[in-house]
Order: sequence, then C-alpha cells, then structure tokens
Amino acid sequence: MSRQEVLVDADWVAEHATDDNIVLIEVDEDTTAYDGGHIAGAIKLDWRTDLQDPVRRDFVNKEQFEKLLSEKGVSNDDTVVLYGGNNNWFAAYAYWYFKLYGHNDVRLLNGGRKKWELEARELSAETVTRPATSYTASEQNLQIRAFRDEVVEAIGKKSLVDVRSPDEFAGRLLAPAHLPQEQSQRGGHIPTAVNVPWSKAANDDGTFKSDDELKQIYSEAGVDWDGDIIAYCRIGERSAHSWFVLQELLGQKNVKNYDGSWTEYGSLVGVPVAVGDEPGTL
Amino acid sequence: MCGATKGGLSVAGIDVTKEAVIQGRVLRGGTPVAGAYVRLLDSGGEFTAEVPTSATGHFRFFAGDGAWTLRTLAPGAQTDRRVVATRGNVAEIDVELEAA
Repeated sequence: MSRQEVLVDADWVAEHATDDNIVLIEVDEDTTAYDGGHIAGAIKLDWRTDLQDPVRRDFVNKEQFEKLLSEKGVSNDDTVVLYGGNNNWFAAYAYWYFKLYGHNDVRLLNGGRKKWELEARELSAETVTRPATSYTASEQNLQIRAFRDEVVEAIGKKSLVDVRSPDEFAGRLLAPAHLPQEQSQRGGHIPTAVNVPWSKAANDDGTFKSDDELKQIYSEAGVDWDGDIIAYCRIGERSAHSWFVLQELLGQKNVKNYDGSWTEYGSLVGVPVAVGDEPGTL
Repeated sequence: MCGATKGGLSVAGIDVTKEAVIQGRVLRGGTPVAGAYVRLLDSGGEFTAEVPTSATGHFRFFAGDGAWTLRTLAPGAQTDRRVVATRGNVAEIDVELEAA
C-alpha cells in the first residue's frame, strides 16, 4: 500500500463524492455529529449499533455485515471513503473493520471532519439514501486482528505498541480525558509495551505526518520492523489509527490491532500489568 | 439546570469528587463559538484528548491532578491557555479567540 492508494484529500472528495462508484461514509464517536451536518452525499455508520454485536462484546458477524452494507447501498467494487471526528479515530477503526471483512478499495479522508471544518467547508443536513445492494463479505482476516491470549503470549517477544496518551499508559488516567475517569479496569499497560501515542502520527489538523517522520517516530520508540507488531489502546479505535499508519502508510505486513485493548486486558484476572512511564519487564 | 455551576455546563450525573473536571466555553468577541476544537495537552505537551465545542461553545474534560494546556483551533485562529486541575474540583475556563 502507499499513501496515494489509501488517503484522499478534501479537494478530491469535493470533486468525486457523487461519482457512481464512490461511497462516502462518516463514522464518529459522537454518533449525533453526522445528523447535525455531514459532507454532502455521505452516509453514516454507527460504530456501536452498526458494527458491534448488540449483546456479546464482539463485532457483527459476516452475515450481519453483509446485511448492513447491502442495506446501506455499498457494493463490493465500490471505493469506500471514510471520514469522521476525533482525528479520524473511528473512521480508521471502520477502515480496519472493512479490511477485516475483505473490502478491496477503502480510503481515509486525510484530516477527517476536523480539517474539513477548520477549512470552513460546507456541511449538509440532507438525508442520504442509496439503493440497496447485495454485498458479499469475506471471512475475517485474522492476520490483522489480535486476541487476548496472543497478546499475553507476545509479552517480551513481539513489539507491543500502546498508543494511548502517556497518562493512560502510566496508569494516571483510565480513559481519554474527554470521558469520565471512573472505569472498572486497572490502570497501567501491558509489560514491555512501548508508548507511541496515536497523536504523534498526526498533525494538529488531523492529517498524517510524512512517511519519513512516521518511520522515525516508531523506530525511536524501539519498534522492531522485522518482527510482529500488535497495537492496542483502550477500545481499539485509536490503535486502528496506528494500525493504519503502520500497515497501510508504511507498508508493514505484520501488524495486528488488539481491539479488546485495555478495557479487556485491564480487567483480566492474573495477567501482569506495568505502571509508570517505562515499558517494564515481565 | 440542576447542578449547574457559574453558568457553565451542568455537572449533574457526574461524581465530581472523583473527577478533575476542566470545562468552559470558547468565545470570539464575547460570542460563543460552536465547532471549535479544544485539545487537552499534558505537562509534557502531549495530546491527551480533544473535543469539538457544542452549539453553545462549551467543552469539558476529565483530567487528573496537575497542569494542563488547552489548545483551541478554530477557522483562522489558534490559542493556548494553561489550566490547573485537581480531583474533586471543576475548573471553569473561558477561551477567548482573537477576532479573525
């Protein structure tokens, strides 16, 4: 992959949003953001109600995903362009999710909703519907998804990259600071994980830094480019952003996102936890 | 508005004894600015959270004890404000943008 194949800019979206084979999709943490105004032509995916199983903690299965995209009017050969708030956290999560189910052509709008707004570009409140399709998903590509046992096994052996803020890594905060801090899980990080906050990969306007800058950031943190890499955060959305950087922008082929992340790991009985600013040892 | 403080956001439903709340408004010439982006940076300048302001220009963070910086981005404007937060308290802060 290269930047040209996975990122588009605002001018490109303005020009191509209504093309036949382009589907523009907004995905936000604040799922009401879309309703207040979205890029003209964009449909909405709700990361919680559309992409998560309503009962168990897991994703919707292959059949549910097929039904969802069919109803939303997305075809297998469409180019899906994702954007959203929070510097594209949830758009990147949806990007990773589309890849998990094998969608071929997926892209992110560089800078997401924030850059679009900061440039005072137009938003529309118009309802967008697309004619239904018959979407076929692949089985989940587990080459890009890590589960807890694999993560525990990876301690001290693979590059674990904790992409949360330094205060969350150290255990001083339990959630990103726009959320209340009273959480059930313990504070800290997986021993031997390095802390590369997702934000180091982005400029203030939410766009990604250059490939050279990105490579340097992870190299300086001690990421082993020849080994397997597992990224995690709190619920797997910021680490999807870092997964996008590592695999889609920098072309690493051995990167997994641990979507259970700290809300799962920090609640497990018996696993080791490190507190403080250092990676720690097993 | 039950639980409102100093005309700021309501803290109803939030256990403020357990939270170090930083909240306030973004203003331009005294008028609230909706859709500005307020970013919370830690004492080392590292990103900790970011929220867009509400229709009434409000924002809110749940931080920890210590010194923080609020970096506000809006079309044509950027400004930094320092703020100290302590658990059990609500730090109210109005960020005034330079008139564009």
